[in-house]
Amino acid sequence: MALIPPPGAPIRRTPRDDERVDWDLRDPLAAEVSKGLLTTTVEKAIAWTQTSAIWPATFGLACCSIEMMHTLSPRLDMGRFGAEFFRGTPRQSDLMIVAGRLTQKMAPVVRHIYDQMLEPKWVISMGACASTGGVFNNYAVVQGVDKILPVDVYVPGCPPRPEGLMEGIDVLRRKIGVNGQMPSSELIAQRRADRLAWEREHADELAALREVTAGHDVQQPGEPPVVEPVVAEAEAEARARAGRQGDAG
Amino acid sequence: MSTTDPRTENFPLAAESREAIEGALREDRALTPTERVIAGVEAYTPEEAAERTLANEMLADTRPGVRQPLLINLGPNHPSTHGVLRLIVELDGEVVKEVTPVIGYLHTGIEKQCENKTWWQAITLVTRMDYLAPFANIKAYTMSVEKLLGIEVPARAEWIRVLLAEMNRLASHLVWLGTSGLELGAMSVFFYCYRERDQLLDLFEMVSGERMNHRYFQVGGCAQDLPPGFIERVRAFTDEMPKRIDEYEALLTGNPIWKDRMKGIGVLPAGDLLALGVTGPTLRAAGVPYDLRKVAPYSGYEHFEFDVPTATEGDSFARYLVRVQEMRESLRIIRQVIDGMPEGRVIADDRKVVLPPREELAYSMEALIHHFKLVSEGFTVPAGEAYAPIESPRGEMGCYVVSDGGPKPHRVHMRDPSFVNLQATAPLCKGNYLADLIAIVATLDPVMGGVDR
Amino acid sequence: MSDVSAQIEAVTPGAVVAEFTHVGELTVEVRKERIVEACRALRDGPGQFALLSDVTCADFPDEPGRFRMAYHLASIQTGSRVRLRAWAGALEPEIESVTSVWPGANWMEREVYDQFGVRFAGHPDLCRILNPLDWSGHPLRRDYPIGGEEVQFTDAV
Repeated sequence: MALIPPPGAPIRRTPRDDERVDWDLRDPLAAEVSKGLLTTTVEKAIAWTQTSAIWPATFGLACCSIEMMHTLSPRLDMGRFGAEFFRGTPRQSDLMIVAGRLTQKMAPVVRHIYDQMLEPKWVISMGACASTGGVFNNYAVVQGVDKILPVDVYVPGCPPRPEGLMEGIDVLRRKIGVNGQMPSSELIAQRRADRLAWEREHADELAALREVTAGHDVQQPGEPPVVEPVVAEAEAEARARAGRQGDAG
Repeated sequence: MSTTDPRTENFPLAAESREAIEGALREDRALTPTERVIAGVEAYTPEEAAERTLANEMLADTRPGVRQPLLINLGPNHPSTHGVLRLIVELDGEVVKEVTPVIGYLHTGIEKQCENKTWWQAITLVTRMDYLAPFANIKAYTMSVEKLLGIEVPARAEWIRVLLAEMNRLASHLVWLGTSGLELGAMSVFFYCYRERDQLLDLFEMVSGERMNHRYFQVGGCAQDLPPGFIERVRAFTDEMPKRIDEYEALLTGNPIWKDRMKGIGVLPAGDLLALGVTGPTLRAAGVPYDLRKVAPYSGYEHFEFDVPTATEGDSFARYLVRVQEMRESLRIIRQVIDGMPEGRVIADDRKVVLPPREELAYSMEALIHHFKLVSEGFTVPAGEAYAPIESPRGEMGCYVVSDGGPKPHRVHMRDPSFVNLQATAPLCKGNYLADLIAIVATLDPVMGGVDR
Repeated sequence: MSDVSAQIEAVTPGAVVAEFTHVGELTVEVRKERIVEACRALRDGPGQFALLSDVTCADFPDEPGRFRMAYHLASIQTGSRVRLRAWAGALEPEIESVTSVWPGANWMEREVYDQFGVRFAGHPDLCRILNPLDWSGHPLRRDYPIGGEEVQFTDAV
């Protein structure tokens, strides 16, 4: 029980120079700003401003949503990172925290809500169920929200502690601001565009290869290198459904 | 869910409308009332919407003074519906004419999954049903299994269970109070409630190692004894908590906006509530003192002195008062438990069911064999069926288990109070304003994890 | 014969098939055609079983009746309980709905219909409730596979 300090014990604060807490100070852009000189790209500047104003969508599914609410509680106060402003509509939010198990019935709704969010948008998959299906490996639960959404950060736990979610949001902030990574949604779109361009470029070779491999049970060279989440899920569902009908009938 | 129709691919609710029709067609029957509402809700694709608007205009009663009914769809992702609840509301102006709750968006298949796990593995799953009352879930499950096994639970284990169940009731009511306040615009209550809830979850963590979804109760007792220092911390908490409840009441009970939003809203006579199967604070607020801790005491509740708070108005405000009073009564029980906690074992001494003590594995071959058998195969439960009802924060929570004599349950079913209580939404909301619907659903306190399981 | 069975027999003679007490719980098995009369007799009788706690079902593929319905009744005054049981039948399982006695049976029976495929005659709104509306099959039947995905090392256990 040493983890929990007794009541009244002094709170140990993380040192100010810890980059996990105060990483803005380590951020080269922020350093430039502090020097009074700013040379950057517009993208970088926008990304930097975004890091401290992430508006999550109010989107609780199950147990994890209760812990998600705890990140807003006075003890942790997600407002310190500018991410406390939960929006009721997806159109005003740029982060979706999928908090809880995602069921087959809810999956299209989640995708619909995600589609309504404006770019750039990020997804945190909170908890074991959202990330992998968790303990519920059965007919009703989608085995991982990444089958239908591009996920940026996974937070493990069942449910994760609120501190875990805060860490997840911090990782996301670094991903956006410091490292300048693009959201998974854009990454996937870009890879898809690259793939199509590559396929167009090598159209003749591909056609020749397809002729050779036609009728054989081998992977077509034109198969997508990045699995398209929606299509893959629809296919998996169709397969599962076909199997189930056969078995149950 | 297959949205094979390309027109509805990007419109999930329109797809559901289609599914309602297709499901009925497949079974060759007419649409039921609920299906008709789901099929008719205005969640069409743009083309369909244009068609339907035209049709509606032609059919509309255009006489002066005749209002058109309006169908609106709240949820399944709505900030004020307590999770993934979908309510299709038919409005006349701003007055609710009909409400159709649509549930199942969190259907996790836990009952099916339990049938594929051993008896003791299933505890992990049932905890995650009503996620605001994890201790109540395990309590109901372990009680029903213990009934079938005919195993005697030691007194100390029962007292620990009562202690944690009551703390759980407090934690659950705090979430209810905080989120209800949030939904009705009282933002600060949320922060006050979660401050105390954090303290409670710390205590739970001390006992079970997790803040939520504990697996602390076992068949036959509790997994471990209480950690050192726990009772003192609970006592400090119970000394402080009454003042905190006073704070919530100072914020809300006399607050004119809170009273206006709550008083006289969502009233149903006790007889109707009972016919709908409604239990818990909702029923008690209508004047029926039905509390299983008093009516049919379990786990030694008969040893404790406490009152069952009731009210006669049956409106949202009465439900609020009853729950707040229940928090005070829970504190009373907690105080009695920590003052009179008996000594002794915390788990039954039955080697066929209960894991042997850890230290015995070092020197006893028999203990090692028992341990191995229990962990790899699990214990068997005599054939039969049992139903164990307990009073969860939301009402009667019962676990019905059927055993075929094997190491896995034949059937595990949880009678969840949220599921049954939610049926009262439609009769409670009829004739009220749309804004009152939020207050009514908030004071019904459904937990969707429990509703859909 | 217990008071409960006597109450049922007084209203609908011949309805009770068997009764027994196991682990302290009284179970009365009734003919499935008489379930509504039995429920009404217990609700209005001197035992005052005014609360329908639960309606559920269990699947026994090897039994001739296959789907065993269980109705848990409680008295809010005394806290006494009784379980009514009835077999719904293996092929085209169907039983009368008790929604006319307790409107609260509505969702519980819908859940049983959704999960087991037992039809309830006279139910006002018999459609799926938990699974998507066009779902095929009834998940809680014993012959319905649990579904999901194969995980690594499944065969190693």
